[in-house]
Amino acid sequence: MSGIVTVIIDEKQITVPEGANLLRAALDNGVYIPHLCANEETEKPAASCRLCFVEIDGFLNPVTACTQQVKEGMVVRTRSRRIDRLVQTAFELLLSNHRLGCAKCARNGSCELQKIAKERGLKLKLTRLKSVVQETPIDDSPETFVYDASRCVLCGQCIWVDRHRVKVGAIGFIRRGMSRKVATFGETGFAKSRCTQCGECVKVCPVGALIPKAQG
Amino acid sequence: MSVSGLKVEQAYQQLKIQAQQKLAGLQEKPYVLVGTATCGRAAGALNVMETFCNEIEKHQLDVKVLEVGCMGHCYAEPMVVINKPGFPQLCYGSVDEGIAARLVSDYLANDDPCFEFAMAALEPNDLFPTFSDYPRGVYEQKIVLTDCGLIDPQDIDHYLARDGYTALAKALDMGPDSVIAEIKNSKLRGRGGAGFPTGIKWETCKNAAGTPKYVICNADEGDPGAFMDRALLESNPHQLLEGLTIAAYAIGAAKGYIYVRAEYPLAITRLRTAIEQAREKGLLGESVLGSKFSFDIKIFQGSGAFVCGEETALIASIEGNAGIPNNRPPFPAISGFHGKPTIINNVKTLSYVSHIINHGADWFKSIGTPNSPGTAVFALAGKVVGTGLAEVPMGTTLRTLVYDVGNGIKDDKNFKAVQIGGPSGGCLPEPALDLPIDFDSLQEAGAMMGSGGLVVLDEDDCMVEIARFFLEFTQHESCGKCTFCRLGTKQMLDILTDITQGRGKPEDIDLLWELAEDIKIGSLCALGKTAPNPVLTTIRFFRSEYEAHIEEGRCPALMCKDLITYHIVPEKCSKLCDACIGSCPVEAVYTRPDMLKAIDLEKCVKCDNCLVTCLTLYQAVAKKSPPVVEEGES
Repeated sequence: MSGIVTVIIDEKQITVPEGANLLRAALDNGVYIPHLCANEETEKPAASCRLCFVEIDGFLNPVTACTQQVKEGMVVRTRSRRIDRLVQTAFELLLSNHRLGCAKCARNGSCELQKIAKERGLKLKLTRLKSVVQETPIDDSPETFVYDASRCVLCGQCIWVDRHRVKVGAIGFIRRGMSRKVATFGETGFAKSRCTQCGECVKVCPVGALIPKAQG
Repeated sequence: MSVSGLKVEQAYQQLKIQAQQKLAGLQEKPYVLVGTATCGRAAGALNVMETFCNEIEKHQLDVKVLEVGCMGHCYAEPMVVINKPGFPQLCYGSVDEGIAARLVSDYLANDDPCFEFAMAALEPNDLFPTFSDYPRGVYEQKIVLTDCGLIDPQDIDHYLARDGYTALAKALDMGPDSVIAEIKNSKLRGRGGAGFPTGIKWETCKNAAGTPKYVICNADEGDPGAFMDRALLESNPHQLLEGLTIAAYAIGAAKGYIYVRAEYPLAITRLRTAIEQAREKGLLGESVLGSKFSFDIKIFQGSGAFVCGEETALIASIEGNAGIPNNRPPFPAISGFHGKPTIINNVKTLSYVSHIINHGADWFKSIGTPNSPGTAVFALAGKVVGTGLAEVPMGTTLRTLVYDVGNGIKDDKNFKAVQIGGPSGGCLPEPALDLPIDFDSLQEAGAMMGSGGLVVLDEDDCMVEIARFFLEFTQHESCGKCTFCRLGTKQMLDILTDITQGRGKPEDIDLLWELAEDIKIGSLCALGKTAPNPVLTTIRFFRSEYEAHIEEGRCPALMCKDLITYHIVPEKCSKLCDACIGSCPVEAVYTRPDMLKAIDLEKCVKCDNCLVTCLTLYQAVAKKSPPVVEEGES
């Protein structure tokens, strides 16, 4: 089983271990596919951000790359009219619930949303959709970082490191639907929770939801 | 038959004979069956039953009163069946306490069967027509609903005496592979909505690596307007238990779950009793019917999230996690509950199993259409006269279902559409009435079989509002995990709300369509993938209604509150009547100097009370759309 397979992504032939994750294989070989929730260490992909759509020969509809394993001879395209449209809609939907204002955001320049916009030629403002951002208080209770839920894209990276890497278990997803958010148990705020303020979650946040406190 | 097969057969025959002997005594005396499923109770069946008991005691009669489930005629609840030796078994509908008292004094104490209250007889006779003498009875063909409403769901002997559990005894003799082959050959498709072939699911699970294996019955029925599963659970729980046990035997599972929503308390009580009795009879537990097969069932109560009907969310919920779907594959048949091979089947799907084992795959395939054999159970609701549960062969047309089985549209209104398949389904217009319904034809038409909810809409229903209603439901029930469902349904709902409230923009229809298409492909689970269906079908078939809202501020069905105003037509109003004034909660209706009535639009809250009140008197209250701003009547 543990052979090496050849797959073609955007006409580029790459060789990867059989059964490897398609998204990972593409990224490792220099083919960029937009993504927010994918995590190289999880066994089961969350598949929740819905950005990493690709077309694979033999599949009727575009599929998320994070949920596919490579197979010998797989032919993958990361760009097409259908994919671009899906990614654009998913991106715009995420923006519609993301408090904009890059100039004032600490992540300006290193934001994953900005990267996706640049790679795919998308606008960082809403044109078709209305903003549905809910006003939520900013949690600045921790000494070293600030949590702004209105900038959160629910990718779950912070929860993953909190649970699996530093094994603290301070945060998780709460509620459902539009009310779904990342919070500490009982929504106490970080300072009153079991959070050790190790700062690992801040490092993995792809947007400006968890940001280091300004020096001084 | 093998030695162990003989042993099973003997054990089963003994149970059946005991049950038949017990019930033989019942047939010789008069008895009353009262339909006390949730539907009957809502209509007052418990009071009716109490009246029967009291009156029977008063007349000192030796008559048993038994609780049964639902016969499917919701429009005629509470329903009662009376058996009296020497008379045909008669079914009475819309029974109240007065009728109940009359039936006891006139029929049970004397010999007048009160034909004026009777609906139909259960078997052919010279005195009274049977159900099959009415159109509904002609077009209905009951398989899973056959015994519903006729047997006591809380007494396993009723089920056993009618050959219940024969299929289990037979299956135990056939062996797992033959059982799966039979189900596969029958082409039974999952009745939960998607229509996946049940036999293939079972085979995949049986061949999947990993033990233990699990079977789960999905009884998390949650579509607005759907109540088939509830009726089956409350009326014939053993039919389901038998199907689930056969499924477990076929795939080699020792443990099963029934995932029922907690909002079905009566179904849960009746299921508990049924499981308890099946254990006592040796039909569940260690070595079922003396065979080497052991199996037990646990009930798991869902806490109300609609998405838990989606199988990966359902598994997460039983595992103790939040009911949130995961990506498929892996499919549960390969890796499900606790990562083990698991089959999840709907209540109706499992209820068919015993019938297929008893009568064979060919019998099943002789009913319905080649690719969707068997029957379909629909919950008829909305503007149709004969609301209730109807079981018809697949391939029956919507026209037959609405006009023959359902007896047409209420109040002689004009048919507009059927909303089929609940929030995952779509609205089909008049031309679709001649569509033979099965899994594939509905899919092609843009709707979905879904679980079988069928809501009939008439000229007074606004299609934009209907789309908004279902979107509000799915948006509310979205778990929020994936982008398309969480935010896409929210965007669509906001646009639809704007349109129904007169704030729609010309580009909204195209935007809705684009979003709907993307959400359909982009969402993680079936909830999101099907949520756009009501929007897509209403735009496709009723685009002019959207345009009227947006371009003219007009609701053609006069339903959207923000786009209508209420008026009193002076020519129809009577000087001598002021019923409308009394009905208005906000004193918006006033008497003009000429004694006719009028409505102060500033005060009117559009509650519809005056219109409903006047409907039986002068029909003088009318709605206008687009709304009239200046009152020009006085």
